[in-house]
Amino acid sequence: MTNIPETGRTPRVQIRLVVIQILVLSLLGTLGGRLWYLQIRQGAEYQKEASGNHVQQVVDPAVRGDILDARGVPLADNETRLVVSASRTDLLKQKDDGKAVLAKLAGVLGIKPEEVRQKVRLCDAKTPQPCWNGSPYQPIPITDEATPKQALQIRERAEDFPGITAEPEAVRRYAGPGKSNTAQVLGYLSPVTDDEIQKAKDTDSPYLRSDMVGRSGLERQYDKVLRGKAGVTRYEVDNLGRVIGKAKSDAAESGSNLVTSIDSRVQRVAEYELNKAMKKAREQFDKITGENYKADSGAVVVMEAKTGRIVAMSSAPTYDPNVWVGGISAKDYKQLTGKDSDYPLLNRAIQGQAAPGSTFKVVSTAAAVQAGYVWDGGYPCTSSYSVGGQVFKNFEGENFGPISLGRALEVSCDTVFYGLADREWKRDGGINPKKGRPKDYFFKTAHQFGLGKETGIDLPNEVTGRVPDRQWKLDYWKANKDAWCKSGKKDGSYVEKIAYENCLEGNKMREGDEINYSIGQGDTLVTPIQEAVIYGAVSNGGTMYQPTIGKAVISPDGRTVTPIKPKKSGKLPVSQATLKGMNDAFAGVITRGTAAWKFGGWPQNKIPLHAKTGTAEVYGKQTTSWLATYSKDYTVIMTIAQAGTGSGASGEAVRNIYSALYGVQGDGSIDKKKALLPEPEKGLPKVRTDGTIAAPKITGDPGKDAEASQQDNPTNGDNQQPATSPSPTTRNRTTRRRPRLKGSRRMLT
Amino acid sequence: MTGANSFSVSGYGPERAGWTRIFARDSMARRLDWPMLLAAVALSLIGSLLVYSATRNRNEINQGDPYYFLLRHIMNTGIGLTLMIGTVWLGHRALRNAVPILYGLSVFGILAVLTPLGSTVNGAHSWIVLGGGFSLQPSEFVKITIILGMAMLLATRVDAGDKKYPDHRTVVQSLGLAAVPILIVLLMPDLGSVMVMVIIILGVLLASGASNRWVFGLIAAGAIGAIAVWQLHILDTYQINRFAAFANPDLDPAGVGYNTNQARIAIGSGGLTGAGLFHGSQTTGQFVPEQQTDFVFTVAGEELGFLGAGLIIFLLGVVLWRACRIARDSTELYGTIVAAGIVAWFAFQAFENVGMTLGIMPVTGLPLPFVSYGGSSMFAVWVAVGLLQSIKVQRPMSA
Repeated sequence: MTNIPETGRTPRVQIRLVVIQILVLSLLGTLGGRLWYLQIRQGAEYQKEASGNHVQQVVDPAVRGDILDARGVPLADNETRLVVSASRTDLLKQKDDGKAVLAKLAGVLGIKPEEVRQKVRLCDAKTPQPCWNGSPYQPIPITDEATPKQALQIRERAEDFPGITAEPEAVRRYAGPGKSNTAQVLGYLSPVTDDEIQKAKDTDSPYLRSDMVGRSGLERQYDKVLRGKAGVTRYEVDNLGRVIGKAKSDAAESGSNLVTSIDSRVQRVAEYELNKAMKKAREQFDKITGENYKADSGAVVVMEAKTGRIVAMSSAPTYDPNVWVGGISAKDYKQLTGKDSDYPLLNRAIQGQAAPGSTFKVVSTAAAVQAGYVWDGGYPCTSSYSVGGQVFKNFEGENFGPISLGRALEVSCDTVFYGLADREWKRDGGINPKKGRPKDYFFKTAHQFGLGKETGIDLPNEVTGRVPDRQWKLDYWKANKDAWCKSGKKDGSYVEKIAYENCLEGNKMREGDEINYSIGQGDTLVTPIQEAVIYGAVSNGGTMYQPTIGKAVISPDGRTVTPIKPKKSGKLPVSQATLKGMNDAFAGVITRGTAAWKFGGWPQNKIPLHAKTGTAEVYGKQTTSWLATYSKDYTVIMTIAQAGTGSGASGEAVRNIYSALYGVQGDGSIDKKKALLPEPEKGLPKVRTDGTIAAPKITGDPGKDAEASQQDNPTNGDNQQPATSPSPTTRNRTTRRRPRLKGSRRMLT
Repeated sequence: MTGANSFSVSGYGPERAGWTRIFARDSMARRLDWPMLLAAVALSLIGSLLVYSATRNRNEINQGDPYYFLLRHIMNTGIGLTLMIGTVWLGHRALRNAVPILYGLSVFGILAVLTPLGSTVNGAHSWIVLGGGFSLQPSEFVKITIILGMAMLLATRVDAGDKKYPDHRTVVQSLGLAAVPILIVLLMPDLGSVMVMVIIILGVLLASGASNRWVFGLIAAGAIGAIAVWQLHILDTYQINRFAAFANPDLDPAGVGYNTNQARIAIGSGGLTGAGLFHGSQTTGQFVPEQQTDFVFTVAGEELGFLGAGLIIFLLGVVLWRACRIARDSTELYGTIVAAGIVAWFAFQAFENVGMTLGIMPVTGLPLPFVSYGGSSMFAVWVAVGLLQSIKVQRPMSA
């Protein structure tokens, strides 16, 4: 091979040929480089894109875990429905696109063929409902109410029904054992939103389009453990969406079961009693407003005093959680959340906050001790306390003379606390505190008692309540002073006067503020669960617990049990001696104090109860009733808005709850056999070898049973003040269980 | 090139057997450019596998026979090889005398396309359907006749020793000769073929030794022509869209940009070694349109990976490299011009075809030489190979 031409070839041509050759090679080099760039440098990205291109997922939803009560009784479980579904992929493979099969199926199910055809068509802009708006690769449910006979017909003649399946499928059910409801604690599910799918995309538990997500309550708090993992079968499809192969499949993993500390029987008793107490309150006449009590909302918490575990938690008004199953109707949704609703979705035990009234005195007493006041000192309990022209009255104008702190707590003497708070206010420097930090014992103690922040209960969206300390006053004033200063008038109406005063010195801690605060009135807000933590701590010797409802997570096979341990959240800032003094005082409330008229005949020597009543004033509304009680095992807190005094509105209900817990009969005797829970449930329900959880059956209505056992109770029933006017019987339950509409179906996407 | 010993003389009889004569030391077969031939055959065979992979599941076009396209591609390759042997046997010099007739025939062919005889495929009205599943794309053969015709005009006086370079008059004549079919093809409109032909003219002029002025003039004319085509709206919307999609592949991914996107995904997902023959999901799922013809390279990219697709580029390189050698080694300008014209043709068409699948060139309907399915293209490139071989074989032995 030679490069020397034998022809008389001119160098011009020769050079040009070399140029062509170089050009050609560089073009090929360019291609090679670009090929390397696409395949090697960016290969991984394109591989991802390619697999997204032609892989379609079919989701086999995981069975959601049960929520069980402390004895294993399911509060939320799944019921099996026979679901008949059609696979579009299989139908389209048939010659007539499955028309004949669908017609035959309609015959078996007793539905019009037209209806079946509409259900399996895909939704688009031009197609009206009914149509399928899920993935076309997902089996499309035609009915979830097939009878076993229909299902058998389809399954036995599978060759006649290509592409049709009849399978049992799990649908959420809120069982309501023993007529308990537990709605707000359990929460509810609704389909996952696009937003959530996007957000959870790269986390360790991504959502699938078909997922139902816990929206509130335990369903939301424990969503991750309950949800399990959906099974996914990935099909390879071609550019027209036809299935050309199966890529990979993961079997569905059921969700774990959650054992709670709720006892469904006690829960039912609590709900029943709260409802009854509210109805009764509505029959009572309120002298102040001149009309019957409205008793529009309420809550009750039953908590184990030594662990912080919740045995029962009820909030009124309530609703039937089953309205959410199968997708909530627009009408029901409006009833639950609309402006005219009474917001039954709120769990008022953790989301309802109100001034605590005298139940707050437990904080004030501890604050006084911290500030150096001796327990047994003689503090004047006068009928009123005057400060600069303002007169603060004792609640019912009593005058007990000089009394100890314990006695002041027992008889709920406001003027003792006025005096103490006033002295502390002055010691801190009055309206303009001295340089350096004011001691603020009353406010500091409230914070030490866990007020003004969440208790950390395992439920979502707990509210904090409020301690109206100097910082809060300043912040609040800054936010509102413009409005106040605009509307305030020195000689105007009450509201205008208040606004005027707030405008002037709302940023400062005024004498009246601190005095009012000391008895739990004014701007202080607490939640029932915060009170439960405080009174539970007084009961157990001073340890505050983070309340818990979840007790253990049990894997679906029953092999792994993960207990949820009680968590201490702090210590009350009180000595044991002070605690003993408080205990005695609270016991006195039951035997001879403000709650005594409701606890006559209680076997106090066998089951010592302790209580503090509270009646909080709310501007423009009727008073909020509080009753905080505890035994050595439990603390029971009940509050009803616009219902009068704590003992009057809730005394009987709380007593009945204790009676049910301990088996106390109406005549004061104790029937251990009838006791629902004389001791807190320590263990976990038994798990059988197949992973199912043994649960006792609940027959009848524990609420009514407990009521029946109180027949002979001298304080029960007719010896109440007679109602002056009949009250309209308002249902406390907003929604009734909606009958399932024929042909309605679960939302799968 | 030194494997002569393997073809030793047979032991019995004085007469050499027929096949040994073919491979005798000075025989035609021994002088063939074997690397180019083997590379071209390899490309055709790889092509048949890729075509098979792309069409085996496509019942709507393969008439229910998964091997339909495979067999036809192999058959086309066979016919192509026969055409090559015929061309070598006739010799490019003999063909030189037939150039006016061939030129006339090919121009007549593309004119026929413009009559109702022609039909439109993928927006280009450039086909004559012969019936029985056969169709012809005469513009493929015009590429050859332009090369042969221009070479004849430009080389005659130089090869005769009258001139050192072709004079202006000859250049004008040759350009006129090329312009006639180009204008006709432009009317089809088959823009891809027009581009190839313009590049061929450039290669031919360069190799002919025509004055630089002509070369640069042609480049300038090409640029002006492109602008004119753009401005005068000679292009159809679909052609403009192809260019727009090239400039911005994310433009309308479901429509115009779809080809480019899917092609690039197919190639990119191949990685180093590819998904394996017949295992490419893009290919099996038919995400890339026209995958057995214009986008056949994507099958290689996805299923054979960088190694397989790189091999195709390498084999094309071998063919082009040998063709360049042949152009440089030819003893007469006629052979040089023909070879250079073929080099320009193959190189541009390969670059444009592979480049468009890789997203560095706009999409035009040009087949990948040897690899793409398509009879006319296959026949034309093999005839071209025959011409190259003939130029190599018929030059005096340099050894």
